[in-house]
Amino acid sequence: MDGFLVQIINGLQYGLLLFLISSGLTLIFGVMGVINLAHGSLFMIGAYLAYVVAGITGDFWLAPPAAIVGGLGFGAVLERVLFQRFRNREHLDQVLLTFALILLFEEARASLVGNEFHAVAVPALLDFSVPVVGGFAYSAYRIAVLGICLLVAAGMVLFLGRTRVGASIRAAAENPEMVDLLGIDARLIHTLVFAAGTALAMLAGALAAPLQSVYPGMGDSILIASFIVVVIGGLGSVGGAFWAALLVGLIDTLGQVYFPQIAGIAVCGLMALVLSWRPTGLFSRA
Amino acid sequence: MNAILEARDLSAGYDESRILQGVNLALHPGEAIGLMGRNGMGKTTLIRTLIGLLPAREGSVLLDGIDAAALPVFERARRGIAVVPENRGIFASLSVRENLRLAARPGSWSEERVLALFPRLGRRIGNRGNQLSGGEQQMLAIGRALMTNPRVLILDEATEGLAPLMRDEIWRVIGVVREAGVASIIVDKTVDAVLSVADRVVVLVKGSVVHDGPPASLRADPDLMARCLGVAG
Repeated sequence: MDGFLVQIINGLQYGLLLFLISSGLTLIFGVMGVINLAHGSLFMIGAYLAYVVAGITGDFWLAPPAAIVGGLGFGAVLERVLFQRFRNREHLDQVLLTFALILLFEEARASLVGNEFHAVAVPALLDFSVPVVGGFAYSAYRIAVLGICLLVAAGMVLFLGRTRVGASIRAAAENPEMVDLLGIDARLIHTLVFAAGTALAMLAGALAAPLQSVYPGMGDSILIASFIVVVIGGLGSVGGAFWAALLVGLIDTLGQVYFPQIAGIAVCGLMALVLSWRPTGLFSRA
Repeated sequence: MNAILEARDLSAGYDESRILQGVNLALHPGEAIGLMGRNGMGKTTLIRTLIGLLPAREGSVLLDGIDAAALPVFERARRGIAVVPENRGIFASLSVRENLRLAARPGSWSEERVLALFPRLGRRIGNRGNQLSGGEQQMLAIGRALMTNPRVLILDEATEGLAPLMRDEIWRVIGVVREAGVASIIVDKTVDAVLSVADRVVVLVKGSVVHDGPPASLRADPDLMARCLGVAG
C-alpha cells in the first residue's frame, strides 16, 4: 500500500511536469491556431541547457531561471521570425515548418553538444530522501519539482484568470480581430503566448534533467505524451490540460509499475476512451 | 473644423470585386452621420476600410488629417475610433466585467458611468458573455466601445434582431452618447430613427455616395427614399 502511495506521488510529479509542457502547447494552439510539433524539442533544449549551465557554473539552480529567460527570448524570436507568418496558413504548412524545426534543433544539438547521453546531478541541496509513510523514502528533489510545477500552475491560473493581460489572452483566443478593435495589439499577445509557452517547455526540460538522462530525441516521447494530454483536455483549454496531465501522469506511471505489459498503450487507450465519450476532449470550449 | 475621420476618393473591395467606388465622407467632432443604403451597397465594407480591417485600394482614409494607411487596426482604435460590429464581438468566455475592463482607457467613460447608462449590465456583471441575451450583448458591445473613451463611435446595425423595447433602449443610449459629444457613424435599417438622431445622412448605392446632406433634404426627396432605401415616400 505504501509503495502504491509512492507511485501515486511519482505519477503526480510526472503529470505536473507534463502540464508545464502541454499548457504551452494548448495555449499556442488555442490563441494562435498553430500546431507546434517542435514543442518537444524545446523541452530537449531546456534539458541540454541545464546540462551545459550546471556543467559550466557548477550550480544547477542557475538552470531553471536561464531556461525561463532564454525561453522567453528564444520563443519571441521564433514567433516574430517564423510562426507569425504561418499563423493563417493551413495546418499542413505548420506541420511541415515545425517538423523542419525538429530536424534543425536536433542537428544543432548534435553539432553543439554531441550525441552522447549525459547525466545531470541532482543539486546537492536536495540530494536526500524524505521519509514518507512506512519504510519508504522519497527524493527531495522530486518533491521540489512537484512543488515548483504546482506553483507555476497556480501562477498561470491567477495570471490568465485575474489579470488584464490574461483576459486579453483569453479574448484573443476567441476573436483576435475584436481584440485589435479595442486598441490591444493582438500580434503582441501572440508573441507573448508563444514566448511563455517556449519558456514553460524549456523550464520543464531543465527541471527534468536531473530526473532522467539528457539524450538526443528526448523531446519526441514527451511531445507525444503532451499531445495526448492536449487532446484529452480539449484543444486550447489550460484547465483541461491540467487535469488531463495528472490523469496521463498517473495512468502512465501506475501502468508501468503494475501492468508493464500494457503500459505502452494504456495512455493511448485512455485517449481513445475519452474521445469516444467526448470527441472534443474533457474541457473543450466547443 | 478639421474632420476626425475622412474617406477621400476611397475604393476598396474583396479579391476580384470592387465594392467601394470613390467614396468621399468626412466626420467632424461631435457629429452624427447616418450611413444608409440597401443591403450589399457597401456600408459594412466602408466601415471595415475606415477602421483598417480592409486596405484601401485607391484613395485614402485620413485620421485627424493624416493618411492612416500605415496605421494598424489597434493603433486606429487607440486614436479614438471605436466600433460596435454587426456580430457584436462579445467575448463569450469572459465575464461582463472582464469584457468592459479589457477595453478601458483613461477618460470620462468609466465602468461606473457605463453601468449607469446600462443598469441592466450591472445586474449581470459576473455573467459570461455567452450567458447574455441578444439585447444585453448589444448593450455590452456599446458599453465596451465607450470604455475605450472614443472620439468616434461606429455602430453597425446595432438594433438589428432586437425586441422593440430593447431597440428603444439602444436608441436612447445613442442619443445620450451623441449628447456627450462623441461623434458617430450609425448604420441602421430603421430609417425614421436614424433620420431623427443624425446631423447628416449619407446614402450609398453600389459603393458610391448618392446623397450627403441633412435628414430634412433626404425626407424632402421621397423618390430617393423609395429608390435607395426602399421606403415609401
